[in-house]
Amino acid sequence: MRIFSLISLFCLVIITTASAQNNAEVIKFDRLENLINESGENIQVINFWATWCAPCIKEIPYFEALPENFKGRRLKVTLINIDFVEKLDKVNSFIERKNISSDVLLLDNIDYNSWIDKVDKSWSGAIPATLIVDSKTGDRKFIEGELKEEELNNILKEFIKS
Amino acid sequence: MLKSKLLLGMCLLLFSAGAPTEPGYMVGDAVKDFELKAVSGEMVSLDDYDDAKGFILIFDCNTCPYSQAYLERIKGLHAKYSDQGFPVVAIQPNDPVRSPGDSFEKMVAYADENGYEHAYLYDETQEVTRRFGATNTPHVYVLNKDDGKYVVNYIGAIDNNTRSAADADKKYVEDAVDALLKGKKPEVTKTKAIGCTIKWKAS
Repeated sequence: MRIFSLISLFCLVIITTASAQNNAEVIKFDRLENLINESGENIQVINFWATWCAPCIKEIPYFEALPENFKGRRLKVTLINIDFVEKLDKVNSFIERKNISSDVLLLDNIDYNSWIDKVDKSWSGAIPATLIVDSKTGDRKFIEGELKEEELNNILKEFIKS
Repeated sequence: MLKSKLLLGMCLLLFSAGAPTEPGYMVGDAVKDFELKAVSGEMVSLDDYDDAKGFILIFDCNTCPYSQAYLERIKGLHAKYSDQGFPVVAIQPNDPVRSPGDSFEKMVAYADENGYEHAYLYDETQEVTRRFGATNTPHVYVLNKDDGKYVVNYIGAIDNNTRSAADADKKYVEDAVDALLKGKKPEVTKTKAIGCTIKWKAS
């Protein structure tokens, strides 16, 4: 009986772990602002995307590969999703389908003019867009538009070096 | 170090080829007229509109979900303001190779399905779009006729709620046109909004 309970418990743990998938967290702008201005040792790579944006979806795997490509560089990738908040289920099933492991935050603020300039003054609002911040030095780099994999890796190599 | 920076620069140049390098028109600039093919088959210029006091010029397309979200509002702007001298003129800037749903044939079908009363023009060479410095769809330029020239008075979003017109408490374009109709300058002259990138031709 006891062994049976133990086995059941073991199975339960396995099932729970396996089903603990990555989900998008719904946030307001202050949370993103904190992330951009975070202090610490991380290089923050913050990518703006939406499930309806084909060029965004194309480049997500390149962002997913960054922590592995830059092992030991304390690189943190955050995917800021700007789908409407009522599309949360769609965003989560996308995360599951594509097996996305980076943090995904759904920014629930559609008064875009109130925050686009706070991310970067040069941003028109078109996506994809990417902000790279060195939390230690405060150095920033902002890129509007789609990136190819090699291009993204080169930008980061240069950013880390400088 | 310098060498690698140069190399990176060259790579960036290579990758960004086709994207606009000029900043485009600013508020206060007079725009150059153009001649573009409309879904009706005619060639259309701003000068063709004899009675226009100005224009609500919108870079817009078939495929962008944000353009679709604003579709009824764009039609509404034309219904409200064309008789008052500010018709909507929409320009489709996307390269149909990169965005097949935005081909001229698809534009014709889309305008027909959705009962467009406003002009829907195709910027095949993307020159007009480049000259304006438009970056995304929908991207609005409110022009006011001033001494025979069309002067940019507002650049940006239609309002501050993409999801729902009813929930928008700042109607940027309407406010700008209303001000111009009263002979005043718009209070808000520039806003930003999330939108789809313009699909530039690969050069």
